[in-house]
Amino acid sequence: MALKNLTRRVVLPLLLAATGALAGSPAFAQGKSIVMASTTSTEQSGLFAHLLPVFTKATGIEVRVVAVGTGQALDIARRGDADILFVHDTAAEKKFVAEGYATKREDVMYNDFVLVGPKSDPAGTRGKDIAAALKKLAETGQPFVSRGDRSGTHAAELRLWKSIGIDVATNRPAGYKECGCGMGPALNIGSSTNAYVLTDRGTWLSFKNRGDLVILVEGDRTLFNQYGVMVVNPAKHPQVKADLAQQFADWVVSPAGQQTIASYKINGEQLFFPNAATK
Amino acid sequence: MNAPAPATVMVAATDGAAMPGPPLISLHGAAVRFGATVALQDVDLTLHQGQRLVLIGSNGSGKTTLLRLLHGLLPPAAGERRVHPVQPSGRAPRMAMLFQRPFLLQLSSRRNLLLSLWLAGVPRSERAARADAALARMGLQAQASQAATALSGGQQQRLALARAWALQPDILFLDEPTASLDPASRGEVEALVDDLGRGGMTVVMSTHHLAQARRLASHIGYLERGRLAALAPVERFFTQPPPAAQAFLRGENPWH
Amino acid sequence: MAESLVLALQLIAQADAQLLGIAALSLRVSLTACLLGAVLGMGLGAWLAVARFPGHQALVWAVNTLLAMPSVVVGLLVYLLLSRSGPLGSWGILFTPSAMVVAQTILVIPLIAALSRRVVADALAGGGDQLIALGARPLVAAVLMLVHERLAAMTVLLTAFGRAIAEVGAVMIVGGNIAGVTRVMTTTIALETSKGDLPLAVALGLVLIGVVGLIHSGVALLPVRDKAMREAMA
Repeated sequence: MALKNLTRRVVLPLLLAATGALAGSPAFAQGKSIVMASTTSTEQSGLFAHLLPVFTKATGIEVRVVAVGTGQALDIARRGDADILFVHDTAAEKKFVAEGYATKREDVMYNDFVLVGPKSDPAGTRGKDIAAALKKLAETGQPFVSRGDRSGTHAAELRLWKSIGIDVATNRPAGYKECGCGMGPALNIGSSTNAYVLTDRGTWLSFKNRGDLVILVEGDRTLFNQYGVMVVNPAKHPQVKADLAQQFADWVVSPAGQQTIASYKINGEQLFFPNAATK
Repeated sequence: MNAPAPATVMVAATDGAAMPGPPLISLHGAAVRFGATVALQDVDLTLHQGQRLVLIGSNGSGKTTLLRLLHGLLPPAAGERRVHPVQPSGRAPRMAMLFQRPFLLQLSSRRNLLLSLWLAGVPRSERAARADAALARMGLQAQASQAATALSGGQQQRLALARAWALQPDILFLDEPTASLDPASRGEVEALVDDLGRGGMTVVMSTHHLAQARRLASHIGYLERGRLAALAPVERFFTQPPPAAQAFLRGENPWH
Repeated sequence: MAESLVLALQLIAQADAQLLGIAALSLRVSLTACLLGAVLGMGLGAWLAVARFPGHQALVWAVNTLLAMPSVVVGLLVYLLLSRSGPLGSWGILFTPSAMVVAQTILVIPLIAALSRRVVADALAGGGDQLIALGARPLVAAVLMLVHERLAAMTVLLTAFGRAIAEVGAVMIVGGNIAGVTRVMTTTIALETSKGDLPLAVALGLVLIGVVGLIHSGVALLPVRDKAMREAMA
């Protein structure tokens, strides 16, 4: 009696409402969408808020960005949970293709890294030569914050150390610290401890908590950071929305996509330089 | 240390008590154990229709245990408990039990009754009528929509009585029903139980109030240390106490 | 810092659309998870209070232990389940609010079950006998006790809701923190803080604290009769 009434009047409507809440969520919304795995630095640069709406307007496809470190982005794609990858670690991308998780990779754009540090520059790194700057950091033992998170930025940083003969795993410079974190948090740590940080220009331009930090080294060719796009191979994961994802890959290397990339500016400064291979 | 006398077998009334009706529940050599403790042993007892059996004895003597054994709430660890069909219909006797502190749900009085009718499997069409009748019988119509847990002690026990009565039981069990009540409430509840009993309801009750026992019973059962030491019609019990119960009766204040 | 606080209050006062959207999604996800968790968790709790079978004690121990499971662990497990490479990949709900609801429901079920089991067990110790004497089967008696102690039951649910809406580990992993789709208060605070964009983070933090604070005020105002539970909640 009371219990049956309770069931009918309270429990069932609750369950229905719960299902309704789920059904009303964007997950079940009509319309096409793809999941793009990309990196935190790319998203935090604000590029996606500028680029993706143009694509959606042209094709009606919604792009949902899961922004994590490059390593995690590749993992997500390997599991088939993303339809398309947009990262900046060419070596890792080529390996991804070699493993068969994508049929090809294409260049899209590049941005660059800069070395930021305290205005007073105690290690004397200022200039255009990143290799010399890193050598000075190793010699003086000044504090340096590394992301240490398998990201594209981290991989680039490790390559630069290697280029001057330092393997940080075995031969760590005195002030070297790893935070296992994203670009923003690394900059936060850098600005509060007056340390040097290697960062992508995009994140730096949007970073608001600079403290005493300024750009000390920029323009070195080895600091250029290449972005690539890869559609996840449906042969590995049949549920991947390969055709929709391919539309994005085609669009972003097309003149329309490339121009949209070039038009993204922060404080009047262009951040990303399109360099898709012209066919 | 005297061994208690064997239980006095129920005898035909010779001193003014009403003739006992057909048997409803009988126990033969029954015992109840809680783990290693023997709470009750060697009980031979037959409960008859129309009897008003009141159990007395010190705390821990087994009154509550015997009550629950008769009801069926506890299983016998030895011996047997047999249930006899009610005459004339031939169905199994319905039983309802009242406890010293009634457990009432945080719902209105009326809802509590409806709920217990539902638990007893009474069809929906009858529940409202029986609940209202029970409230009326126990004088609780004014409290129908009040939260049961907000009622006074006496009212709560009367509601428990209403709850039991609504189930139209053949046997009403009461475990020290007035022990927690003030004298005025005690009187109200006693009056209702007396009314039900004299109206023909079979009643089994435990109490430590001898005067109450004398007022309400047709037969008294005396328990001592887990045995049914004496059983006799009420007047004979008090005017010519069985040897086993004499010490107990002397030790009690007769005005309680 | 003071500057961030001022900007934060401005955002709240203007009912900034982004802020409202994020807060609304948080509430929808956590409320749904708690409602589902209430049905499943209280059913489990009531059953555990009365069921007797070999291994019963072990199951009670497991539920009591799981109620403190870190949310990241729950997130990771649900991610592995819902991934396209996982057993439930065909559901296709990873990186959507539905996945977040699933994760938070799993998060709160042990909490609700453990606490409601306690409520039911204590209530049955007081009056279970009498309900059984009235003809109630054990599970029915357990559910009736939840109705009887509905204030304590409400407290359990409010506690679970507080846990759900304040967690970040599970929703971050299974939701992916996708802008406009699966971004909730806690993940946004984490994100904006890491970007160094403090005003929005502070504003959301204030809203989150406000929501949780309202809940706990509600809990404190409910007259909980069970003294032991009240002390446990404090």
